[in-house]
Amino acid sequence: MKAIKKIGTDDTPSVILDKENQELMISGRSLPEDVVSFYDPILVWLDEYAEDPNEKTVFDFKLEYFNTASSKLLLDVLLKLEDMADDGQDVLVRWHYPDDDEDMEEAGEEYADIVEVPFEMISYELD
Amino acid sequence: MIMADNTSKHAESLEFVYDFYMKMKKNKINLAYEGEITHQITKAFTSLTESNMAKDQDNNSVQRKVFHVMVECLQNISKHAENRDRIVTSKDGRGIFMVSKGEDEYNVTTGNIIRNDKIDGLKKMLEHINSLDKDGLKKLYKQQMREGRLSDKGGAGLGFIDIARKTGKKLIYSFLTINSHKSFFVLTSTISRQK
Repeated sequence: MKAIKKIGTDDTPSVILDKENQELMISGRSLPEDVVSFYDPILVWLDEYAEDPNEKTVFDFKLEYFNTASSKLLLDVLLKLEDMADDGQDVLVRWHYPDDDEDMEEAGEEYADIVEVPFEMISYELD
Repeated sequence: MIMADNTSKHAESLEFVYDFYMKMKKNKINLAYEGEITHQITKAFTSLTESNMAKDQDNNSVQRKVFHVMVECLQNISKHAENRDRIVTSKDGRGIFMVSKGEDEYNVTTGNIIRNDKIDGLKKMLEHINSLDKDGLKKLYKQQMREGRLSDKGGAGLGFIDIARKTGKKLIYSFLTINSHKSFFVLTSTISRQK
């Protein structure tokens, strides 16, 4: 299946959706002008991936900032992962947050409360 | 005669500019804009403020909060402000946007025209948000994220809740009636510079 690789900009995150190399990641900043059209290809890709997923699926979120419109679409991404977990797939979400960013940590915890997918919280140091 | 006219106009304009300058200084306003709030404007203002804050060495948490609040305030205008007094059809709302920086806090103020029939709903929402404590806001945010739908303008109905959560302060707002159809809506969000 074709991988999606997008390099981040000052208002859109980097996206890597690569089944072959087992790399699924959204990172950086998310405040796209049109959130729906930015996230739609990601959701479509996940639908296709869910039909024949890898043995283990690890999805990394490493966001520095996202606006409220993006938060809704990030939930949609997580709900796709929840669907896969519901179908008996081995799914893990890794939520990375800067160690001094309580709000980003809390955002991860809130998502973990909403969706039923194993969540791992990982703090990292900003350079 | 033409000369005299020009001179008096010039003096008037000079007075206006100086007066405006002094008012901005007095109120410690370091950014003021009136016009359409496009995505480009949002990006320009946030990056400008970001580099100013970095220069002033505000701590990361304050910088992030100001960034959050600015984006949500700008998007509120862009998505919800009335643009009706203009004939040009534009997808972006317009309004006034100001950022002031005092010793202890940042203030982000927006002002825009709204239709009077929208005031009740907006007031109810703002009053509800202001009645909630930290946990209540968290609950409301999660509920709205789960149950709310994105509007056709891409609004998630989360902006005000997010502002209240990030600032930890009540939203300060008022409505000034313009006529029987429309009013001016002003919202001020305060971010403490003390960690």
